[in-house]
Amino acid sequence: MQQIINFILRYKNFLLYLFLLTISLALTVQSHSYHRSKYFNSSNWLTGNIYKTTSSITTYFGLVEENKKLVEENKRLHTLLFNQKKEDSMQLDTANIIYKVIAAQVIKNSYGLPRNYITINKGSNNGIKPDMGVITSNGILGIVENTSKNFATVQSILNTKSRINAKIKNTNHYGSLVWDTKDFNTVQLVDIERLVPLKIGDTIVTGASSSIFPENIPIGIIKKFDLNNSQSSYSIDIKLFNNMAAIKSIYVLDNVQREEIIELEAKTNNDAQ
Amino acid sequence: MMRNSYFINVIRFVLLILVQVLVFNKLNFFGYINPMVYILFLYWYPIKEKRQLFLLLSFLLGFMVDLFSDTVAIHAAATVTIAYLRPTIMRFCFGVNYEFQNFKLTNTTRAQQITFLALLIIIHHLVFFTLEIFSLANTLLILKKVLAISAATLILCLLLSSLFSVKKE
Repeated sequence: MQQIINFILRYKNFLLYLFLLTISLALTVQSHSYHRSKYFNSSNWLTGNIYKTTSSITTYFGLVEENKKLVEENKRLHTLLFNQKKEDSMQLDTANIIYKVIAAQVIKNSYGLPRNYITINKGSNNGIKPDMGVITSNGILGIVENTSKNFATVQSILNTKSRINAKIKNTNHYGSLVWDTKDFNTVQLVDIERLVPLKIGDTIVTGASSSIFPENIPIGIIKKFDLNNSQSSYSIDIKLFNNMAAIKSIYVLDNVQREEIIELEAKTNNDAQ
Repeated sequence: MMRNSYFINVIRFVLLILVQVLVFNKLNFFGYINPMVYILFLYWYPIKEKRQLFLLLSFLLGFMVDLFSDTVAIHAAATVTIAYLRPTIMRFCFGVNYEFQNFKLTNTTRAQQITFLALLIIIHHLVFFTLEIFSLANTLLILKKVLAISAATLILCLLLSSLFSVKKE
């Protein structure tokens, strides 16, 4: 017993170091494989409020650019609206809306790490829940991962954990959107078969087989493509429509039917077993 | 005197975290270079203080930076590692001198100080990027990042430390 106590006393610094290192390694490794811990992220009260304060100062410097972007988007939406075939009556009933849209602002953006997260200024108080899709006026941005009362973190498409269903516009060739961490304006589309005809400049949009994003949200254009090592499917470099370094206004998409879809899928899986 | 030193360290702790997350984490020089200047806390921290407290403080420092940059606990792991290795590094840089009562960082030569800081930074970045990228297949990428970002961190730390250095009497 005496010896054990002596041992502990002699190596107390080393043991403390080992203890602290184990904690951090355990947290890190766990987060690599699965959802991160609910509390250790920048959506918490302290970090959220600090980022909010600084972003409320720095947003002033980009207001002109931001306004131009929003006017541009309004123009596009108005064009769509005015050229729509007239219906007899306006639809005011919200009962058959599938996607609800929540507007929010980015208060912290990151794009230099292999796993990037974006913090936004709306949280569970505004109806934001994990696994909602996030887009900007130019295209797709990511998926909500954690929420607190007033803030939420978004797993950016610039994240090695991100896999989003995508397809080539106006076709039914689906693949997964991943990121190789090399360039923050380029992502990769994998699992497109080699038989599919491709052209540089083709548009890539989100696919239909996800309950997070609606179909046909723009992502980017094909910059370069070649066959991968196994020669069975393409790996395609996509230049994003979004400038990931300058993102301010975003929209969070709430799929009203998502719970129903998940429930149904779970039930089907249970029945199959 | 004693309380004054505590006070300075607390201020340093808070200011370095804020400067790190609000300024240097947003630099993204060449798309990926974000210098980690908060390492200066470990460079400046008094030598004669209790080691356990130092380890805990370093862990907390890294963990706060982690919270802000959404990296879970990678900064914490790297920082606690250099905090543990600091006495060894100091013995390497300053020889047996550093164990004397009247040893002060300001009494050492410039070259010794830079070596000390550089070693802290390189070890920190090695641990950090190994954990961040987390695959041996990318050894070259890890080395490239370690070299580029270590250089950036070292330059900025030297600038900051000369800006806020205690006057030599």
